[in-house]
Parts: sequence; C-alpha cells; structure tokens
Amino acid sequence: MKVVVDFDLCESNAVCMEIAPEVFEVRDDDFLYVLEENPGEALHDKVRDAADRCPKQAITLED
Amino acid sequence: MSDIVAPRIVIVGASLAGVHAAQAIRRAGSDATITLIGDETDQPYDRPPLSKQYLAGEWDADKLALRPSKDPESLGVDWRLGTDAVGLDLDTRTVRTLSMADGADEIGFDGLVIATGARARRLPGTEGVTDLHVVRSKADSDRLRAAVDDRGGPIAVIGAGFIGGEVAATFRSQGHDVVMIEAADAPLTRVLDAEAGMLVAERHRAEGVDVRLGVGVEGFEIDDHGDHQHVRGVRLGDGSVVEARTVVVGIGAIPNTEWLGGSGLELDNGVRADSTCLAAPGVVVAGDVANWDHPRYGRSMRVEQWDNGVDQGGYAGRRLLADLAGEPAPEPFGPVPWFWSDQYDWKIQFAGVSGPTKETVHGDPAEGRFAQLYLDVDGAPCGVLAVNRPRHAIKGRQALTAGASVEEIRDTLA
Repeated sequence: MKVVVDFDLCESNAVCMEIAPEVFEVRDDDFLYVLEENPGEALHDKVRDAADRCPKQAITLED
Repeated sequence: MSDIVAPRIVIVGASLAGVHAAQAIRRAGSDATITLIGDETDQPYDRPPLSKQYLAGEWDADKLALRPSKDPESLGVDWRLGTDAVGLDLDTRTVRTLSMADGADEIGFDGLVIATGARARRLPGTEGVTDLHVVRSKADSDRLRAAVDDRGGPIAVIGAGFIGGEVAATFRSQGHDVVMIEAADAPLTRVLDAEAGMLVAERHRAEGVDVRLGVGVEGFEIDDHGDHQHVRGVRLGDGSVVEARTVVVGIGAIPNTEWLGGSGLELDNGVRADSTCLAAPGVVVAGDVANWDHPRYGRSMRVEQWDNGVDQGGYAGRRLLADLAGEPAPEPFGPVPWFWSDQYDWKIQFAGVSGPTKETVHGDPAEGRFAQLYLDVDGAPCGVLAVNRPRHAIKGRQALTAGASVEEIRDTLA
C-alpha cells in the first residue's frame, strides 16, 4: 500500500492524524506530513479508514 | 452456513451514509446482494463543496464524486438511481419504489438500511415565489450559480447557519453585495454560543457583508413583468426592505421520513433507533435521518454532519450484518461529533456539543486563530471549538472521546 496525498485538496483538517497518527501528522505549521508512505499491513485498516474520513477526499491509496 | 442463501440487503438513500454502509458490508466480506436506491439520477456525490468550491465554479462536477462509488461497479451493488422509495412494509419485508424510468416496483429484503437523509427547510408561505434558492443538492447549487450569473447581486442570505455563512462567504469573495439575515440575536446559537456566533458575524462584516441580526423575514418585494416575476427585495420584521435579486434560504433541514408513515417504525425527528442504530429487527438507520440513543450523551440525537454520515453509515452496515447473522451487536455507536466549516480564511471546527460555559485555552479570538473549551452544566468538558487550529480540534476530539479532565485538556491544547 502506498499513501498519496493530493496537497492541492488537503486542508489540514487533521482527521487522518486522529485515526492513523503513525502515518499522518499535522504539525504546528498546520501542514500535513506523511510519516510513512508505505505503511505496513498492520496499519492498512487504519489508513483506509483515514482515507474514507478525510473531508476533502485528499488521500489516495495505491496497491 | 453454506445451506443459507446470501441475505438480501436494501439500502434506501444513495448519498454519503448509504454508500458507506454498502462499502462496509462489502469490506466485511459479506456475500449479501445489495440494492442501493437513490432518488437523484446522478451518481452519489459529496455535498460540502456545494456551498463552497462547486458553488464558486472552482470545481467541476467530476470532482464531487464520492470516493467509494467513483467506480460504480466496484461497490458490487444493484444501483437503482432516479428511484423514490415510497413505502415500507415490515410484515412482507418489502420496500415500494417509484421511478420515472421503471414505474412502480416492490423490492424484498432481509436487511434494510435507512439513510434517506434530510431536505432543506423552506420558508413557510413562499411557494411560488421566484428567485428563492436552497442549497442541498447538486441541482440546487447549479440553479443558484446560474441565477447569480444571470442576475447578479445583491444576494440575500436568510439564515446565518453554516450553509448560509458559507454561501455568503462564497459570493462575497466573488465581489457580490451580500446581506445575511438571521432571526436570532447571533449566528450559530443552535450549534455553538452567542459569543462564537458573533465572532463569525464580525468576520463577515469585516468582508463587507451586511449582517442583520435579531430580525425575521416578513415577505418579499416582487416585480411583476406580466409573464414572469422577479424578486426585488426582502421585507424584514423591522419594516425595512433590503434589496435583493437572488435569495438563498438556509434555515435548517427536515429528515426525510414521510415514506415510512404507517410502517410501524417510530418517527420522531427522524427515525428512532437504539444505541446500536437498530430501528427494528433487521432494520438499521444512518446519517441525517437517524435519531438514535447516543450512549455518550444519554439522550437521542440526530447529527447532520459529514463525518457522522461516513462513520454511522459504516457502523450501520456492520450492525446489520451482525443482526442478520444472529451475532452479538457491536459496541453502541457513541462518537464525539465533529464538523468543519470554511468561510473566507477561517476554518471553523467543532468537536462535541456546546455547553453553558467556555474558556479560551489557546490563541486569541481577536486574531482568528484559537481554541476554546466548552463545559457542561456539571463543569465537565463537552466541546472544543477551534478556528484555524485543526490540530487543536482533533486533539480536543480525542481528549473528549477519552473523557479527559478540564486540566488535561487545557494542557493538551495550550
């Protein structure tokens, strides 16, 4: 699984960080940082949930 | 279980909650047949941009597609779009439908997801008044955009809730004259508090919106051109008339439950359901139409928020599968609600519920970058408002979910 964020869409709502803090972090500068572009299998459910719950639908998961 | 045929699941409502229910059922590996009924003819789309980027003309319709249904085949459902559900019979376990294309039909089910959402409330007595708009569907947004392109401003926005505020911000940002009219003494008092509402009102005034508070709408001034009519102004309760060529009404939403009349389901501000979103055996509810017993707050709630549509849709799908399989119910559905609104350069986020007192725990409201903590009648934390501080909104939501104390939340959000 590869995590791709469309930064033109992302508005740093930080929902992804709530669900999968191992992978997503919104820092004090209000920008989203992807900590793990290729998260391990144990994180896949969380990352899928994070992609679903992104209000801007800015997170895409590639196989 | 191999001698049991796959259950038939019908989902009524093909928007956010219904689509996420379907996705959750598929992700659970269920071999159920799913029939997804939606009254609109368009493939499911996302509604928040309808009052923002899409209304502004910055996004085209393709960008609105709801992710789980971007590839309609992938969801593995029998799509029945452009189809109204008109009745439910729980004895025969059938949904009656009506569509322009196929006429009347009856669809049998073993399990039912009710996700029929809500529709925009209209001003009473305004049937037949031209140039009045609501923003709920893509077609509504298209009509409003076309009307403003055709007739220009001034634009009157009736109701200073989130839809009204976003529509006002969108058109004001494009240079139109905008007047926003709110019957309450401050915007957003139904969701937040008067002080926070006034911060939003002042943000609009700073952009040049004419914000009128504590005044109702009496009627409309109409120009009669013989074969057609146009609105010229809005007559207010204080006797004044504000000039307007286009009027947008954003005064809340009404849950779509009429089709369930006589079904035996309890209809009270939506469809009533228990704490696991079960309304009857084999019947679950999700999204704007669901009025379920919220375990966290000890009362029934109906939550008209995007995130709840996604979350509750998925939950309801899983809940239904457990019910159909005779398995124990999952934990009750009790999330801390969360929503956002974008107006000008303000990202407003709110987690939880409002309360009678609050304190600023981070930043300065005067600078438009802050977080505030709401306390309930017992002085316990119940809500976090964040403006242009998304991390604080989410950290606040996590803390509320965990039941953190006032001191802990002050520390976390400092």
